[in-house]
Amino acid sequence: MRDLYPVRAGNLASRVFGGEAVVMNPADSTLFNLNETATAIWLAADGKTTLRQIVEREICPAWDIDAETALEDAETFARELAAHSILLISTESAKS
Amino acid sequence: MTIAAVDIVIGGTAVRIAVTDENFRHLLLDHYGDFIGETESADPIELMIDLTPSSAIDEIDAEDDLQVVNESGIWILRRGDFRARYDPDRRCGVVRQGANRYSIDAVLRIVHSIDLAGEGGFLLHAASAIRDGRAFIFAGRSGAGKTTIARLAPAGVSLLSDEISWVRPSAERFVAWGTPFTGELGQPGVNRSAPVGALYFLEQARENRITRLEGAEAVRLLLENILFFADDPRLVRRVFDNACAFAESTSIFRLSFLPDSSAWELIR
Repeated sequence: MRDLYPVRAGNLASRVFGGEAVVMNPADSTLFNLNETATAIWLAADGKTTLRQIVEREICPAWDIDAETALEDAETFARELAAHSILLISTESAKS
Repeated sequence: MTIAAVDIVIGGTAVRIAVTDENFRHLLLDHYGDFIGETESADPIELMIDLTPSSAIDEIDAEDDLQVVNESGIWILRRGDFRARYDPDRRCGVVRQGANRYSIDAVLRIVHSIDLAGEGGFLLHAASAIRDGRAFIFAGRSGAGKTTIARLAPAGVSLLSDEISWVRPSAERFVAWGTPFTGELGQPGVNRSAPVGALYFLEQARENRITRLEGAEAVRLLLENILFFADDPRLVRRVFDNACAFAESTSIFRLSFLPDSSAWELIR
């Protein structure tokens, strides 16, 4: 499986409260409440870090879950957000 | 042709309505009663009313949904019963509508929502009232109990609105003002203001219960109840920031309540 590089979409409005993000797409006013796990992934999605690295660094240590299961869940989550245009997924790292 | 002006002052912001029809002027004076201000108000928003005969209004599709779009800095407002242009920089505009209060009421709500977004505030789909010098806001979708809680208000409580509340930050905290926008109660609010004591999201229940809401859930519920009509990402972002600022500085609760006066014992 190729590595995926998630990156937060630009022009979003967001705020994190107690580890949970509220994200709004101002273009259509759609609103998303992310739980703590989703927020951790979303905040780490910089386009240069693979989803696998995010899971290994941010998710597994904090939630005591094995990497493969966590990666599977994270991919599902990332694709859901991508479908709503608040996360972009690339197979290549963003340039510095 | 004589042009007369009527100042409608909501939240301390005057909207000067210029009319040539004496009957329509009287309709405005009657409907906005307590919200009619002095025409010497500083820096009012000026709206010229172009009253259109009903035959011409019929040319406008009555089934049109509301559209509020920004075209080169000018707000274009369209709905089945009116057309309007509003220039926020020059604070003036023109409204083409029939001789009824419903159209100008809608235009006023839209203009205030645009104006408030830039000032850190918002219009909220909520009843509100002043008790002991503080404003309490009761938000919720239709049927949640806004009119019920307003109707049950005990003596000494001043109703600001049973339908749409006007909220803006002041030096220290957010302040709620009365509005003439009515819901089922059909009774305009008082034209007064007070610092916001708390916001309650209503749900009718078999017992009275109050639960504090914080963080993401509070912001989500708040955003779901803010009235904002403009299709403009820049201003939508401002409204988002305003809602976050409000949630960070104001006590917010879920109020499950019996539809009787005992619910007000929890409001303090």
